[in-house]
Amino acid sequence: MNAVLQPVEDVTAAPPKISVRNLNFFYGNFQGLKNINLDILERRITAFIGPSGCGKSTLLRTLNRMYDLYPGQRAVGQIMMNGRNILDKSQDLNLLRAKVGMVFQKPTPFPMSIYDNIAFGVKLYENLSKAEMDERVEWALNKAAIWGEVKDKLKQSGLSLSGGQQQRLCIARAVAVKPEVVLLDEPTSALDPISTAKIEELLHELKTDYTIAIVTHNMQQAARVSDFTAYMYLGDLVEYGVTDELFIKPKKKETEDYITGRFG
Amino acid sequence: MNAIAQTPAQAEVSPLYRKRLFINRLALTLSLLAMASGMIFLLWILAVLFMKGIGGLNAAVFTQMTPSPGSAGGLLNAIFGSFVMVSLGTLIATPIGILAGVYLAEFGRRGWVAPTTRFVNDILLSAPSIIIGLFVYTIYVAQVKHFSAWAGAIALAIIAIPVIVRTTETMLLLVPASLREAAAALGAPEWKVVTMVALRAVRSGVITGILLAVARISGETAPLLFTALNNQFWSSDLNAPMANLPVVIFQFAMSPFENWIELAWAGAMLITFSVLAINIITRVVFRQRTN
Repeated sequence: MNAVLQPVEDVTAAPPKISVRNLNFFYGNFQGLKNINLDILERRITAFIGPSGCGKSTLLRTLNRMYDLYPGQRAVGQIMMNGRNILDKSQDLNLLRAKVGMVFQKPTPFPMSIYDNIAFGVKLYENLSKAEMDERVEWALNKAAIWGEVKDKLKQSGLSLSGGQQQRLCIARAVAVKPEVVLLDEPTSALDPISTAKIEELLHELKTDYTIAIVTHNMQQAARVSDFTAYMYLGDLVEYGVTDELFIKPKKKETEDYITGRFG
Repeated sequence: MNAIAQTPAQAEVSPLYRKRLFINRLALTLSLLAMASGMIFLLWILAVLFMKGIGGLNAAVFTQMTPSPGSAGGLLNAIFGSFVMVSLGTLIATPIGILAGVYLAEFGRRGWVAPTTRFVNDILLSAPSIIIGLFVYTIYVAQVKHFSAWAGAIALAIIAIPVIVRTTETMLLLVPASLREAAAALGAPEWKVVTMVALRAVRSGVITGILLAVARISGETAPLLFTALNNQFWSSDLNAPMANLPVVIFQFAMSPFENWIELAWAGAMLITFSVLAINIITRVVFRQRTN
């Protein structure tokens, strides 16, 4: 076997961070997810792909219970994380979301300074001194590979940055609270190719500390960045497995049709 | 000839294109005319106010009390009274208005309380101000048996509240759901999402709403007639009748005395131009801040 192609590390050798079991999701009477079962492994990047409306974003939004903001949306089943079902009524949503961060399709900087954008989430759960907070802000901005670009204008509004910088600011904001899982909902679909490349590179780095789940419209992106890929269609999880295997040798005909562009 | 294959030059002479061009010009002309008629009346009012008011405007207006017929005097007590009651009214109305607007926009999505509140608020928004005056007269003035600046401030607050509620709610509904989700995704409790992120995002809009309310109540006459009444002399006692510009203008303008009529014009100009000034200043300040 060619040594260069051999993976440095076996991607499957990691414990599951999140285990989804028999998950069904409803928007009112419409069923958005049908009996989903999958494990999201720790410190791996898992990508959800599929055509529009297949339920990939819905699945992502169950993992931090974002859907709970909207009446009429409900999830039934089990999502086990750290030994408990986060769908339980007793689950504290704010604590869950502090552990499971999220980055959205469009950059969503808060209407405050760059510094405060990062400090906002940290202040919610930690009581840091000014010096500690400065350090944390720098750390988070460094993690998101944007420190060099903003270090001289931390007092400026987050809205003054370019789209790609805003998105990296949002990633910094998400990692600043030191979550265990980071969810990304099509994080690069509103960005130019250079910004996209920067963020993909960033995901590789973040993987060493965080479990990452990413929804993407872009199959090449899923192939480039993820360790595992889930192909979804009309609310069903069609195929789930190691990214390289799924793209090179899909087990199902539907998956093959989608990834080869014959459909979708 | 094939319509799709037409060159631009051919398209120019086609009847359909000419018709569209005509409709475009017509719509543009009509909207310009509408804009012009609005502007003409506004400038006309400002011009008349300025011409009639500038004659009566002198140092005495700001230093002397309202005079008796025929003698010299100013508007100091009325200016002070208006300032006090409009400020008090705004101070009372602002927190109530903002909180109610936040409730309607953020928390009142389920149930019947919010739709009902919104409906009642809309009625209050268009309620004739004289009815608000009568209401405060009945529940407050008639009970304590004297007119007072407090009563005036309360009446003005009741008029200002629905304006602030409406604009706060409208502004908050403009905040994209993604911004709220982003704050919630960090584990922020709902009240923090609202106060730190949503309200902040529409700060200038909410302040514009408050200013609209200030503009609205600073010219109100009817509610003050029933509540603060008027006072020919200087008074800073909030539990006594207090002079105010609108009622003074109303009284003086209807009188046959020339010096009163002149002061009424000066007062009218003062109110109008102060409201204009407040609006311009806040716009300038906010523009600088956002840059």
